[in-house]
Amino acid sequence: MPVEIERTEEQATPDEAPVPEVPWVTLVHNDPVNLMSYVTYVFQAYFGYSKDKAKKLMLDVHHKGRAVVSQGSREEMERDVQAMHGYGLWATLQRDS
Amino acid sequence: MPGFFESAGADGGASVALDDGELSVIRSLTVQLLELIGPDQHEDEDADPLQALFAEGPSEPPRDPALARLFPDAYGAPGAPADEAAVTRSAEFRRYTENELRTQKRERLLAMVHALDEARGAPRDREGNAVLTLDRAASDGWLGGLNDLRLVIGARLGIDDESTTEKLFDLPDEDPRKAMVIAFLWLGSLQETLVDTLLPE
Repeated sequence: MPVEIERTEEQATPDEAPVPEVPWVTLVHNDPVNLMSYVTYVFQAYFGYSKDKAKKLMLDVHHKGRAVVSQGSREEMERDVQAMHGYGLWATLQRDS
Repeated sequence: MPGFFESAGADGGASVALDDGELSVIRSLTVQLLELIGPDQHEDEDADPLQALFAEGPSEPPRDPALARLFPDAYGAPGAPADEAAVTRSAEFRRYTENELRTQKRERLLAMVHALDEARGAPRDREGNAVLTLDRAASDGWLGGLNDLRLVIGARLGIDDESTTEKLFDLPDEDPRKAMVIAFLWLGSLQETLVDTLLPE
């Protein structure tokens, strides 16, 4: 996933790994209507996650009430949230804390 | 088995046999949801397409709780009192995404109605059921459309946690909500069997 990186010339030394700034996350919230299999399917189809990862995230949503499903720039997270709303999942974005 | 989706074709499609009663129930619910979502505000052919592209959507959440569930706020924790920044950002997000989301949902519901009408007019199976056959892309649209139908019926039935759902299953036959509960459960099994045909291993 591309991330926006801001750094000055002085910091850009060749042997220093770039540190991506990842300040936003997309959260999916539990709701009693969405089927567990459908939520798993959406995580696989939209994010391209493996079945295991998608299922783990779905179970986190179900048991903990919510799960972080993606992270990136605010613009990227707004795209993900809009896509989740398109699928009918209850999603919000917020600054990673 | 009638009423449930099965895999069909090599391209990941699905099909379901529906009797006339089932077909008209799902068609009628779909048309009702189309009416709830409302017409495309830019269907006017004389309208400037550029203007339509930049037309702003609403900044307030829909008042109808069922519609509010289809178009939720993008910022702020659900159920918690929203802070001012979250309200402002949700309003901004809504202005430039809600029209697009409404169009997406409207178009897949319309495609469902067309597919149902086509299935109704096509040759029947041996039991006299209409056979609805979807290719892979149509299956994706149906999955989202069935989910929207269930979200709206769930909101109308007041389903807000798992225990409400359980109570609704035990309603006596004379309860006026009974028919809607049966439709809700049936749409759930339709959606579940359709996911089964699509879920990548």
